[in-house]
Amino acid sequence: MAQLTLPRNSRIDKAAGKVHKAEAGAKNIRKFKIYRYDPDAGANPHVDTFEVDLDKCGPMVLDALIKIKSETDATVTFRRSCREGICGSCAMNIDGGNHLACLTHIKDIKGDVNIYPLPHMPVVKDLVPDLTHFYAQYASIEPWLKTTTPAPTRERLQTPEDRAKLDGLYECILCACCSTACPSYWWNGDRYLGPAILMAAYRWLVDSRDEATGERLDMLEDPFKLYRCHTILNCSRTCPKGLNPARAIAETKKMLVERRN
Amino acid sequence: MLLRSPLGQARGLGSAKEGVQHWWMQRITAVALLPLSLWFVFSVATHQLVPHDAIVAWLHNPLVAAVLVFYFAVLFYHSALGVQVVVEDYVGGQFKKLATLMLFKLAHGLVAVIAIIAVLKVAFGGM
Repeated sequence: MAQLTLPRNSRIDKAAGKVHKAEAGAKNIRKFKIYRYDPDAGANPHVDTFEVDLDKCGPMVLDALIKIKSETDATVTFRRSCREGICGSCAMNIDGGNHLACLTHIKDIKGDVNIYPLPHMPVVKDLVPDLTHFYAQYASIEPWLKTTTPAPTRERLQTPEDRAKLDGLYECILCACCSTACPSYWWNGDRYLGPAILMAAYRWLVDSRDEATGERLDMLEDPFKLYRCHTILNCSRTCPKGLNPARAIAETKKMLVERRN
Repeated sequence: MLLRSPLGQARGLGSAKEGVQHWWMQRITAVALLPLSLWFVFSVATHQLVPHDAIVAWLHNPLVAAVLVFYFAVLFYHSALGVQVVVEDYVGGQFKKLATLMLFKLAHGLVAVIAIIAVLKVAFGGM
């Protein structure tokens, strides 16, 4: 159900933000403005400003975040793991767009670096969104190979052409940048599956080895699960892996038309 | 506190197993509206400064009346489908949503009937 305004206790308290100055003598200073929310504090969120000496910092936004956490304020909370764009943990809203902090160059951002959690998700703490529902939606599409034919004694064969159909789909790392950039997912995320999950569903729809295509289409054919996609294309624009979830959704809609006409 | 499991919540009431019809009809009517709207706008623009009698005579052409009735039928059907999506997107609360949908659908039907009867009245009426 559409909730167009933030709840009262989610509004940013502009007066509460603290400024952490860079150490004396720093020449190459950038300001990082980071969303802070502590559920235990009982206060509204605020934005803290951290001055970072870029001469003593790695090139990526994630480097700056780690530097801030280790040197300035250890309570700054965010997820990160691989630092090379394959785990999807450090997805956050940087400079107004959803990106992986580890793949975002500080030098590509003009002015202050604004960092917020992924939009329109419940916030666990600071930059950590609650993705429970997102993962449950992923589980709901049953993202595994389904067959009725007994398992072969060797590999399930696939032609190179059929394997190529999975390119641009299987690379998704489920970072949730796309889904949380989608206005339809913001307004109706409780029922709409969102671009990431729909692309994952399409990945199984076009897998030549899968035998449950019809079942999968049955599950997707729903005004809310699938048809909330209005081809806004924020998903394809924001994807840090350069994938195109909007195309996968359009192809799914075409499959649904194809099977009845 | 909600004690339903996340997967239970995500699955919800399951799939409605419909939506293709709505999506497909919206595409079909959109394709039909391209030439029809051009024709309508062009016709109205050329007849705008013509006296009342000439427009009545124009509508007496059965082909014109037929296309115009078809145009209004397609137009209001397309609009009803589109408005339905907007309501589903933005109106929260099951009761409010269903009431709004009902209101808009009935209003579309009524306005379509009014428009079509107006055309037919002129088409079948005297000069």
